[in-house]
Amino acid sequence: MIELNHYLTVAALLFTIGICGIILNRKNIIIILMSVELILLAVNINLVAFSSFLGDLTGQVFSLFILTVAAAEAAIGLAILVTYFRNRGSIAVEDINMMKG
Amino acid sequence: MSVASAFFYLFSGIMIASAFMVIAARNPVHSVLFLILAFVNASGLFILLGAEFLAMILVVVYVGAVAVLFLFVVMMLDVDFAELKQGFLQYLPVGALIGIIVAIELVLVVGGFTPSPATMAAARSPTPPDVSNTMALGLVLYTKHVYFFQAAGMILLTAMIGSIVLTLRHKPGVKRQDISEQNARTREEAMEVRKVPSRKGV
Repeated sequence: MIELNHYLTVAALLFTIGICGIILNRKNIIIILMSVELILLAVNINLVAFSSFLGDLTGQVFSLFILTVAAAEAAIGLAILVTYFRNRGSIAVEDINMMKG
Repeated sequence: MSVASAFFYLFSGIMIASAFMVIAARNPVHSVLFLILAFVNASGLFILLGAEFLAMILVVVYVGAVAVLFLFVVMMLDVDFAELKQGFLQYLPVGALIGIIVAIELVLVVGGFTPSPATMAAARSPTPPDVSNTMALGLVLYTKHVYFFQAAGMILLTAMIGSIVLTLRHKPGVKRQDISEQNARTREEAMEVRKVPSRKGV
């Protein structure tokens, strides 16, 4: 029988993979954005698992809001990326500190 | 092993494997496609947990909108991705070390976790028994959490305005309609009456 622990372990592994993705692909900001999406997905799985096993709907409501914020973040991040690429001709992250004033 | 357990292991196994491929694939287009696979399997897990509405939202919003947006951007930017992949082996030892530590800590914490009955009894909005998941979510979302719902709408509006402002570009040589300029034209500056001498032209 699948218990709450199984879901929490799966979400923990997904979270770890997301963190490793951010560390390993330091130069590729597209992969970094995708890793952030993976981390948020792990958090969503945690919230929905708790919501289902504790019989409390609040977790699912919070998961819905996390989906909203993640969609907004992806849209803004990709828009910044497109603008940066238009100005610089590359998406190398280490040059991005030229955005400071 | 029951059917539900088998499906749990199927979905979670494919999800973990495709999440690994997201960060390990050479081609970012493959990364986005594996991200889509991970989201589809996560929505399978949500269905197993009884959260059908969130599962459908995950497929519609994430796979249909966010992942396709990623795909557009990856295909639109003409970037040499082999060059971006260079630091991978350099960061592999420290990345693997941090990953293993985080994984061990998290699994040790959640592995023996059991919710106490007092937590179950203290549910803030308990799941109503004989109502579908979507309706139950709506009953809570539009009453108890209505201000958060409005705030989420504001966040989406801000994101929409922000991304439009960031990516909108006015090219200099393109003719556009400018209505205020059209309305501000007067008869004096718009037309000119000249006396044309015969057989000379203007």
